Amino acid sequence: MHHTAILFLEVGAVLLGLGVLGALALRAGISPIPLYLIAGLAFGTGGVLPLATSEEFISVGAEMGVVLLLLTLGLEYNADELVTSLKSNARAGIVDLVANAAPGAICALLLGWGPVAAVAMAGVTYATSSGITAKVLSDLGWIGNRETPTVLSLLVFEDLTMAVYLPILTALLAGLSLVSGAVTVAIALGTVSVVLVVALRFGRFIEAFVSSPNNEVLLLKIVGLALLVAGIAQQLQVSAAVGAFLVGIALSGQLAHDAQALLSPLRDLFAAVFFVFFGLQTDPVKILPVAGLAALLALISMITKLMTGIYAARRAGIAKAGQARAGIALIPRGEFNIVIAGLAVAAGVHPDLGPLAAAYVLILAAFGPLAAKAVQPLIENIAKRA
Amino acid sequence: MEVEQTALPGIGLRHDFTTQSGKRIGVVSHRTGRRDLVVYDREDPDRACEVVKLNDEEADALVELLGAPRIVQRLNQAHQEVEGLVSLQLPIPPTSPYVNRPMGDARVRTRTNASIVAIVRAGQVFASPGPDFMLASGDIVVVVGSADTTSDVAHILAEG
Repeated sequence: MHHTAILFLEVGAVLLGLGVLGALALRAGISPIPLYLIAGLAFGTGGVLPLATSEEFISVGAEMGVVLLLLTLGLEYNADELVTSLKSNARAGIVDLVANAAPGAICALLLGWGPVAAVAMAGVTYATSSGITAKVLSDLGWIGNRETPTVLSLLVFEDLTMAVYLPILTALLAGLSLVSGAVTVAIALGTVSVVLVVALRFGRFIEAFVSSPNNEVLLLKIVGLALLVAGIAQQLQVSAAVGAFLVGIALSGQLAHDAQALLSPLRDLFAAVFFVFFGLQTDPVKILPVAGLAALLALISMITKLMTGIYAARRAGIAKAGQARAGIALIPRGEFNIVIAGLAVAAGVHPDLGPLAAAYVLILAAFGPLAAKAVQPLIENIAKRA
Repeated sequence: MEVEQTALPGIGLRHDFTTQSGKRIGVVSHRTGRRDLVVYDREDPDRACEVVKLNDEEADALVELLGAPRIVQRLNQAHQEVEGLVSLQLPIPPTSPYVNRPMGDARVRTRTNASIVAIVRAGQVFASPGPDFMLASGDIVVVVGSADTTSDVAHILAEG
């Protein structure tokens, strides 16, 4: 068969399969991310239906997926919100960071994977999936709840932490020496602060340049700008993802809203490809030996997230039931954790890291939203007793 | 009464307050334009026990239902407070010569010195209508002026 024919057949079959899986996830009321990962496992090396020619296409698509995921995440927040949330929630944010990065880091150290893997695993257990959590909040009608601002500002804090964390991880993974690593991190921090200042003070100039009444022009300008900045960031070892995230933050207001609406179909497509790609790289046979460990890690980090939510909500003066809801809403892990694990896998940190992260996210992305639904009646009981 | 405003990063804004009867209610304004009307639980004060999702049109309708009578009421109160100033609500009869004509045609201001400050149509208030506002039968014209000038306006709107 012709090369193009095989490529189309494979990519078409993969996307169609993802569509069917997505429909199943929708019906079951869970996030489609775990199903996408499973699909990737099936198509990858050692899977049931290994792909022949489309892996290269999927790998480029996956990179685009990361850029688009982070770009749209950045679009959700404006610089004001980031700064406010940084000021008012720094304490809860730091508790979140310490309590939830620790399980992953300690796990990697106990397994003897070394410090770089520990930093990567810290990121895998730390970040809550803002996408899944936002969906849980909206599905369960929790958006109007009084603990929700606390949950959301923790998510903002985490995302901002990512802007600092990803460059550090990238530098460590690149195996840079202490000096050049420090330089890279300094560049990254400098870039983040410059972008924040530019977005706060001169956001309207960027918006004036990007904005266009024509959707096509707007789409091309934003995706072009994001990829360009992502490329520069990658070249500076700051991580492409952070570059795209910063472009998203610099845009705000109506423009950000329009851009989000325009980009979301594109993001959904490439993000799905990204999750498949991560699955592709992971050998399903290697998941079984680490499944128990992943379950244990998931359990521990569920508890640490729950505690974080309870602590943050209590500080905000929320009653017991609301504290429990805040904790549960924070449990799901998803896209970020896979992005981080993906970086580590690409750098070849440890052969078991990919399978462990995949199993871990499979558990928490699927279980987080279900847990929230299951404990709803329990929480109502807490409220009645209180 | 104190209305509390809380930012919801990535979603929008929430406003809420407690009514005199002790119920806490609020509105979540999504950036997408969606509005959620939320009512808080008495037992669990942090939980929205009732969430009503409203699209733009529905939110507007609710605003009109809650707001229209209040605006007219407030207009009347405001004008009653100033001595010698009269505010009248004049219905446009089907026989009025200005039905289906722009309001400017009546030249109310030039002829009487009174001002048309609002038009109420089917419960909806159009504040400060311009001269090109098309009058319709059944509209209620809210006019402000002295006792004499406002009754002149009533005459003009009825007979021309």
